[in-house]
Amino acid sequence: MIHSLFAVYYREMLIMRRRLTRLVPSWSVSPLLYLIAFGYAMGKHVEIDGHSYMEFLIPGLIAMNSMTQSFAIASEINIARFYWHIFEEIQAAPVSDFSYVAGEVLAGITRAFLSTCVILILGLMFGVTLSCNLLFWLAILLNSFVFASLAVGLAMLVKSHGDQVLLTSFVITPMAFLGGTFFPLENFPEWGQRLVYILPITHAAQAIRSASFGNIPPISSYLVLFFTGCIFFFISVLCVKKAKD
Amino acid sequence: MIKVHNLNKIYKSVHALKDVNLHVKSGELFAYLGPNGAGKSTTIRILTGLTQPNSGSVSLNGFDLKNSSIKSRQQCGLVPQSINLDQELSVYENLTIHGLLFRMGKAERNEKIEELLNYVDLSHRQQSLVKELSGGMKRRLMIARALMHSPSVLFLDEPTVGLDAGMRRKIWALIKKIQQQGTTIFLTTHYIEEAEFLADRVAFLDTGTLLVVDTPSNLMTTLGTWALDRLIDDKMEPIYFNSRDDANHYIATHKESFTLRRVNLEDAFLSMTGKKVK
Ligand SMILES: Nc1ncnc2c1ncn2[C@@H]1O[C@H](COP(=O)(O)OP(=O)(O)OP(=O)(O)O)[C@@H](O)[C@H]1O
Ligand SMILES: [Mg+2]
Repeated sequence: MIHSLFAVYYREMLIMRRRLTRLVPSWSVSPLLYLIAFGYAMGKHVEIDGHSYMEFLIPGLIAMNSMTQSFAIASEINIARFYWHIFEEIQAAPVSDFSYVAGEVLAGITRAFLSTCVILILGLMFGVTLSCNLLFWLAILLNSFVFASLAVGLAMLVKSHGDQVLLTSFVITPMAFLGGTFFPLENFPEWGQRLVYILPITHAAQAIRSASFGNIPPISSYLVLFFTGCIFFFISVLCVKKAKD
Repeated sequence: MIKVHNLNKIYKSVHALKDVNLHVKSGELFAYLGPNGAGKSTTIRILTGLTQPNSGSVSLNGFDLKNSSIKSRQQCGLVPQSINLDQELSVYENLTIHGLLFRMGKAERNEKIEELLNYVDLSHRQQSLVKELSGGMKRRLMIARALMHSPSVLFLDEPTVGLDAGMRRKIWALIKKIQQQGTTIFLTTHYIEEAEFLADRVAFLDTGTLLVVDTPSNLMTTLGTWALDRLIDDKMEPIYFNSRDDANHYIATHKESFTLRRVNLEDAFLSMTGKKVK
């Protein structure tokens, strides 16, 4: 099992390595724009709970980015499936559905970690240093586990690459903005707060931010992410069977 | 080796395979001949576990496909109809990933890659990206990839489609060589000459129905050995003869113009279905 899991992961890594010179700039552009527009230009005089807006924003960006980048594995899978028919090559090999999903999810997590590093470096350039402790990385790990698992499942269900693009704009983009990434959730009315706490990204943003300020985030956030991720993961394994016909 | 019993496959509105029964022997080169949409690819997809049949059973080397699909996949090599290589990766990387997928160790993998690239004449392109290869090179690479894990059955779905005559012959020679090494080969094609040249036995498939399975020579000689084509209402109508003399005698006693040629598999297919393979 480990063998074929590694094979699936290794393939994604080789492809990513080939594209790294294009990926790193693309990982930097949108965070950089957010930092300039919201953090630098607009947020100069804003202070939230004793932190500058820039300090508040960067963990939010990291939460958002680890979500979008781990979810981006869905596009890779779909391009491989619909344009290059690689999915068949893997399906014809003695690879269990579990190993396949695990390999792809791991690739999504790796991608999220690398893009997080890019944002941390950008943050340094704006003079922001965060506490990158174990709890910080664990929150990123769980967050990308959730969204990479979701991505693989959805990639198996869609019928074309166009559907995939649609899903991203309906599922991921709203979450990116609503989950406490750019503004404190206390600004929402109470019913709104309750609503956004259903979203895993809210828990991720909270845990990442709290950890990066050197605090101990609530364990409940980690548990929510962990169990959501497990559920998505196992649904994805079932979805692989559906994709075969 | 391959046993197929009462196989049926129904897509939403298409009955793609109708009660197909097959028995491919070990070491045999078995050709599956049929026009577009006959169900050739569907059969291969079912035999390699990519698609589930609606009913019927398949066993490969004694493994029932339903119960031991992971084990039976280890036995199969597949060259699908459309090119499915990783275009952005190198030749070497494509083969390496295949080896990993089939649980091969590093030393074994590298040894096999070197051997196979020699075999398909691509050693000099080991580090090239796949997107930089020509169509024929990609086909040969797909064959090499399918052979990486030393399968006992090789499935080739139209391995020479879109290639020029020279490259086609090269690939035929390669396929023969693979068979001589003891691999059972299941090949689909709609090129008559391909089936004639390569196959030990040929199956005719038309709109999901298996019409006949026999050796190419048996299929052809039931009609005769020589054919005369004559033009009737813009359509070529062949007449068959058992010897060249009979055919020449016929020409001498009739006024129309004829073309004399040997009987081929196309004739056999035509006489059974009323239509051409291509
Ligand atoms: N995924 C699918 N969904 C619906 N119908 C399908 C699907 N795949 C194949 N078919 C139908 O099944 C029939 C057999 O298709 P198949 O691809 O097996 O033909 P083929 O003999 O390989 O033809 P070709 O020579 O064109 O490759 C066709 O009528 C085709 O339209
Ligand atoms: Mg086909």
